[in-house]
Formats: sequence, structure tokens, C-alpha cells
Amino acid sequence: MITITHYLVLSAILFTVGVTGVLIRRNAIIIFMCIELMLNAVNLSFVACAHYLNSMQGQLFVFFTMTVAAAEAAVGLAIIVAVFRNKETVNIDDINIMKW
Amino acid sequence: MSEYLFYIVAVITVTTAVYLIFEKNPVFGALYLIQTMVSLAVLYILLEAQFVAAVQIIVYAGAIMVLFLFVIMLLNLDIKEEARNPLPFQRIPAILMGIALFTVICIVIRSKLLQGKQDQYTTAYVQSIGNTKLIGNLLFTDYLLPFEITSILLFVAAIGAIMLAKRKL
Amino acid sequence: MLNLVSLILLFPLIGSAINGLAGKRLRKETVGYLACGAVGLSFFVSILVFCGLLLLPPEERLFEKRLFSWIESGSFRSLAALQVDPLSTLMILTVSGVGFLIHIYSIGYMHHDKGYHRYFCYLNLFTFSMLLLVLSNNFLLMFIGWEAVGLCSYLLIGFWFEKKSASDAAKKAFVVNRIGDFGFALGIMLIFLNFHSIDFTEIFSAASHGNFETGNFAITMITLLLFMGATGKSAQIPLYTWLPDAMEGPTPVSALIHAATMVTAGVYMIARCNVLYTLSPFTMTVVASIGAATALFAASIGLVQNDIKRVLAYSTISQLGYMFLACGVGAFTAGVFHLMTHAFFKALLFLGSGSVIHALSGEQDMRKMGGLKSHIPTTYKTFLIGTIAIAGIPPFAGFFSKDEILLEALIRGNFIYWSIGAIAALLTAFYMFRLLFITFHGESRVDHHVMEHIHESPKNMTLPLTTLAGLSFAGGFVGIPGASAINHFLSPVFGGHGHAEISGAETAEHHGAGLPYLMMVISTAIAIAGIFLAYQMYVKKPGLPKRLAERFRFIHKLLLNKYYVDEIYDAVFVNQIKKISTQILWKGVDVRVIDGSVNGIARLVGGIGNIFRLLQTGYIRNYAFYIVIGCIFIVVLAVFGR
Repeated sequence: MITITHYLVLSAILFTVGVTGVLIRRNAIIIFMCIELMLNAVNLSFVACAHYLNSMQGQLFVFFTMTVAAAEAAVGLAIIVAVFRNKETVNIDDINIMKW
Repeated sequence: MSEYLFYIVAVITVTTAVYLIFEKNPVFGALYLIQTMVSLAVLYILLEAQFVAAVQIIVYAGAIMVLFLFVIMLLNLDIKEEARNPLPFQRIPAILMGIALFTVICIVIRSKLLQGKQDQYTTAYVQSIGNTKLIGNLLFTDYLLPFEITSILLFVAAIGAIMLAKRKL
Repeated sequence: MLNLVSLILLFPLIGSAINGLAGKRLRKETVGYLACGAVGLSFFVSILVFCGLLLLPPEERLFEKRLFSWIESGSFRSLAALQVDPLSTLMILTVSGVGFLIHIYSIGYMHHDKGYHRYFCYLNLFTFSMLLLVLSNNFLLMFIGWEAVGLCSYLLIGFWFEKKSASDAAKKAFVVNRIGDFGFALGIMLIFLNFHSIDFTEIFSAASHGNFETGNFAITMITLLLFMGATGKSAQIPLYTWLPDAMEGPTPVSALIHAATMVTAGVYMIARCNVLYTLSPFTMTVVASIGAATALFAASIGLVQNDIKRVLAYSTISQLGYMFLACGVGAFTAGVFHLMTHAFFKALLFLGSGSVIHALSGEQDMRKMGGLKSHIPTTYKTFLIGTIAIAGIPPFAGFFSKDEILLEALIRGNFIYWSIGAIAALLTAFYMFRLLFITFHGESRVDHHVMEHIHESPKNMTLPLTTLAGLSFAGGFVGIPGASAINHFLSPVFGGHGHAEISGAETAEHHGAGLPYLMMVISTAIAIAGIFLAYQMYVKKPGLPKRLAERFRFIHKLLLNKYYVDEIYDAVFVNQIKKISTQILWKGVDVRVIDGSVNGIARLVGGIGNIFRLLQTGYIRNYAFYIVIGCIFIVVLAVFGR
């Protein structure tokens, strides 16, 4: 029998993988994809909770999360394109003027 | 049956996710991510959320990931770009930190901190109306305001993306 | 009709707001009419309120109009409420009536000034503040009016702020008033501590119902502190120095400050708190002594001053001294009566002097006047009436009130008070007629350039003069001894004390019925003696004053320099404070301690920051790492932390 805990642990694994990806990768696009992965992990826990609680709210929330993710992807990729145009790179270690 | 399906799909999901973060080539990375998302859609179906599963595939795996691929190809990135690493010492701590985070989340899951209230939408009830119809009903009645705000958000995002991507205004 | 009382406050406030905000864009006529109309309307409403009060039986003449609940904090409650009783009605009539005339006068006087709308904005605000002061039903609201009056006087004295002397005078008025206000505020706090209320009705009923024995220490402290406020606002020794300097403002402002508003506040306040003051004989002695001393002191300075407005200013201080003397011996009615008549004739005198100054294109030195009688006849006639009134010749207004004060000083006080008052009365008659003779009689000493432009003031300036002259003549009839309407009217407020009829009965017992009449004859004789002396010195033998001045050079110089009080204050207080401020507070405390600690902290923060900024690598992944650490920490805290 698959319980909610299974789904939540899976969601936690995916989330952690996403976090680790953000921490170790330097390619902005891949970091961005890792963020999408984290969003997806959260979505999974939403749906799982909704299912095991006989609720609809989780699914509706996922719907909104996806909308936000879509908006975020559009703007984020636009930013990456703009940055690339200026710096000829998407390596975020080269974008390091955010100090002092 | 669904039990095995869950384990299979879960393994696929985690594997592709891990591949994603260690993949050098962003194009392959994007493809792994698409696979992750499709697997998640399967899990959604297992969770009786057919509408979300469909949207997952259409919006995420379809639209958003295509956008990613498009940008990757547009920028035509060099794969060897990550050769120089100014923060080599962060790799191990980062992975350890990820494990720590996972542990903490598992502790939270195991503890009785997260409590929920049973609602009226049992599987039988949802099936009698239809998942999509029910979501639609809720979206256009109880959740009308957030729904409308979402439209504004998307509109703003579209304009913002154009503003950012345009070379000269 | 009594319900209309809030309108009295509303009109000047609206007028002030409109003129202050939009006056620049309005036409001059509109600004003037608006301001006058506002005060005129509030005068009209005051009359209505007065009539409404008269319709009530005397013992019910107390009306409270609650506007809104203002402050509520713990046991402290303060309503914004107005109180209509005979005393406040008399005050609003005086304030709005005289204020209205001064407003009309100002239209003519200030016509050429470029700050026209600003002037009327302040003037309306001034009237509003004073009305608020007299109408409030608790000490806190009264304090607001009290402070607002101080602010407005500051603004108006420094109206021509381009002039250094004007802005200095304004600052002086403000600072000196502040010293008094400090005492007043402390007094209010002490009242709240002792009575647990700031409401007039509650406090006075608590005090009069024997909860405090006579001479109670707390009451003495309260009354002394309140009196400190009164000395500041009403220009008594030792805080009177600002009033003569307040001459720097436009003349109608001086009239307003001296007659209708501001300086009468202190007298009003003491009359209002008569219940408290009668409980403290010591304070009463202090009030009476300071009043008497001020009356004599200021009158003596007035003898030799040459600036026409300055003479009037010292005269005001002296007359205020009379009022305090009256209050100090417990004759509150007499004090308020004198306040009213003084408002009439002092406004008249100031506006008259303004008219003289206006005619002479701004000349204020009496030595450059003389012989103006035929050139500005209306001003002369009205000024003469005012002078006679202040000198105390029957049946003019000043006679009745001053006579009553002297009588009460003798009966309730002692012979010393009376004799000081009498000497001051002599001096008053003398210096006022000196002023009149030097300005209007004799030969002209006016510069001939100025002479060519000499002209009688326009109608809107002479009209208030004649009205005030009429009031100065007839205003005293409300207080004829024996059938005093004002005593009767004010008796609900002053209860058993300050009631002339009772004292009249006492008089009959102790001194025989003839004393009041004897006193009248004596005070008339004193006034006539003063006038005669002035006539002898300044009309008959014009050389005499100079000889006298040389003969008594020391005294003359002392008086001319106002007993060097300003210099003494400068030396004792101002310069010492300056020295302390510069040497210790500025160079010691400020530079060393405050600046030092501030800079030290800044340096410390900078030093620590220099270490910690190394954390800011600029690498986004670094930052993300910290965020994750933070997240874990927070979750751990949330799970295990409780």
C-alpha cells in the first residue's frame, strides 16, 4: 500500500536534488531548470496531500503554481538572454559584481 | 499493480533528476527534466488528479521546457564553459547540505507536525462529477479572484519578458 | 442658542485656513473681508450665546458643549469640550468684539503690505487660539489654546522677519513665554496627580467641597506653577521683558496682543481657577505682591520712554499688574472688569498710535511728533478719550474698574497695596498725558518731508477708533459701584469670593458706608493730579523735564534703560547659558561625548563590517548556500525548538 509518506519522501528527494543542483551547478540555465524541479517537487506534495485528504485545494494550488512557474520561466529566460547579451556568458560565477 | 507502478515511476523520476544536475550538456539536461515531468504526470494520474497531469504535460513538458530548449539553442552555449570553477570547495558541502535538508524534511514528515482536515471530495464523489469539471467549477466560483489575478500575472510576465529581451526599446 | 458656541471657534479657524492656504491667489479685498467676516460672525455668535446665557436663571448659567472625546489613556480622560459660563462669555465677547474691530482696522493699516494674506491668516488664528483658551472646559484644551496663542504671537511679532530686531523680538517672546508655559504645564500635571482629572468643573467642585484644607501644600504648588505661566503670558515680573519688544510687530498686532488676546490669558486663567487660589493664601500674597510691584515698576519705566508704542507697552504691563493685584487680594470680579475695560481703551490707544504712526509714515519716536492735534483730528479725539479712560477720570471706563481695584486692595489687602496702586495710578495719569501732550500738543517737531504726507487715516481705520472710544467711555457703566451689573453677572463663577456686594457689606461694617465714595474722590484727585503735573511739565514749561532729567540724571538714566533688566537678564541668564552651552555642552558633551560615541560606533561597525564583508563573495551559489543553511536552521528550530 502506497501511503502519503511515500509521496512526501519522493517529493523531498526531488526537492533536495533540486537544491543541490542549484548549489553545485554554474550554468544559469541548468540552475533555472533545478528551480523548476523544486517547484515540481512541491507540486507533487500538494497533489499527494490533496488526494489523501480528499481535498480539491491542492490541485487548484498546483494549477496556480504552474501559472507562476510559467511566468517565472518567461521572465527568467528573458533575463538570462539579456545577461548573455551583455556578458557573453551564462556562467553565474562570472556574474559576481553583487558584492561589497 | 499501482504499487509497483509507483516504485518504478519514482525510481525513474529520481534518476532523471539526479542525471539533470550532473549533466554537462544543457540540452540533455532539459531532456532529463522533461522525463522527470512526464513521470510526475504519471504520479498525478495515480493520485487521481487527471487534470493536473494533463496540464503538467502540456504546460511544463510542452511549453516551458520547449522554451528552455529554445533558449539553450539560441544561446548556443559551449559545453566546456564550466571548466573553471572558482568555488571548488563548495561541491562536497553542498551535497552534504542537501542530505541534511532531506533529513530535516523527513523528520518533519515523520513528526506529527503536519496535520490536515478531511474534506468532502472523496474519490467516488470526484469521479461522479469529473475531475476537470470540478476544478473548473471551483476555479470560476470560489477561486475566481486568484484566477483573475493569475491572468494579470501572466500578462505582466509577457510584457516583462518582451521588455527584457528586446535589444533596444 | 448656547449650542452654537462651537461656531465661535469654527469661523476664525476656517478664515485662517482659507487665507493661509489660498490667500495668495485671492484678491486683497477678498482676503480682508474674509478675515473680518470670520471674526465678525464669531462676535455675532458670541452675542447670541451671551443672550442665551442671560435667558437662563443665574445659578444655571453653566453649559458644556462636548465636541468629541480627545484623549483616553488609562485613567486619563480628556474631552474636547467647550464651557459657556459668565466668565467665558464675557471673555469671548471682549476677545471677538475687540478682535473684530482690530481686524477692520488692519485692512486699512496693512493695505500696502505684501504679506497681506499671511497677516490675516495669523490674525484669525490668533483670535481662534484665544477663543479656544477661554472656551475650553479643561486644563489640557486650555493649554492648547495657551500654546497656540504663544505661537501666533511669535508669528505676528516676527511678521516682518526680514528685520533682525523683529525676528529677535519674536524669539524673545517665544522663549520667555516658554519659561512660563513650562510652569503652567507642570501645574497641570500636578493638578492631574492631585485631582485625577483635568476638568474644570470636577476640579473646582472637589476643591470647594473641602477636600483640601486652606493652605494645602499641593494646592499652593499648583497655584504657584500656574501663576508662573501667567507671569509669562501676562507679562509680569520677572517674565515681562518680552512685551515691550513685541512692539516690533505691526501696530494692530500690538493692539491685539495687549488688549484682546494673549496678555489677558493669565488674568483669565487665575480668575478661572479662583477656587484653587483662594485655598492658598500664600499664593494670593505672591500674586498680589507681584501684581503691585509690576504695576509700579512698569509705570515708572513708562515715565521716560520716547517711543510711543513702548510707553503704551509699559502701560499695559502696569495695568496687568493692577489686574493681578485685584486677583491677588481676592477681588476677581474687579480684575476681570479691569481686563475688559482695559481691552477697550488699550486697543483704542494702540490703534490710535498706529494711526499716528501711519500718518507720519512710520515714525514712532515721540520727540519727532507734536502738534498733530489739528492734522489728524479724529485720531486725536479718540486718543484723548482713551487717555482719559486709562487715567481714571469719571465717568470713563477706566475709572470704575481701577477705582474698584484700589478699593478692594484697601479693604481686602492692606494699606501698602493701596498706596502702591495709588502711586501707580498717579504715574499712569502722568505718563499717559505726557504721551498725549508730546504727541498732539505743542509745536510740531515733525520732519518737513514727513509733514507733507501727513493725513488722517482712512475710514476703515477711524471707524474702529470711534467705536472703541464709545466703549471706553461707556464700558465702565456695567460696573458702577452699588449697582454693578458685572458683579452680578460674574457671581456664579466666583461664588462667595470676589463678590463686591459682600465686600460692600463688610465695608459698611468696618469702615462705614462712606468709604467707597471717599475712595472715588481720592482716586479722581490722584488722576487729576497726574494730569495736572503732566500739563505743567509738558505744556506750560516745556523746559522743565529736561532740567529734571539732568538734575536726577541717575534715576532718569535708570528709567530710560528700563532698570537695566534686559542687561541683567543677559548677563545672568542668557550669557551664562551661552557660556555653558558653548564650553560644556557643545565643546564638551556634544563634540566629545555625543559625536565621539556616534563616530566611535560608526568606526566599530565599519571595522566589523570589514571582516564580515568577506562573506559577500558575489557568487550567487554562495548566497544560495547560506539561504539553505538558514532554511535548515529555521526548520530545525520550528520542529525541535518548542
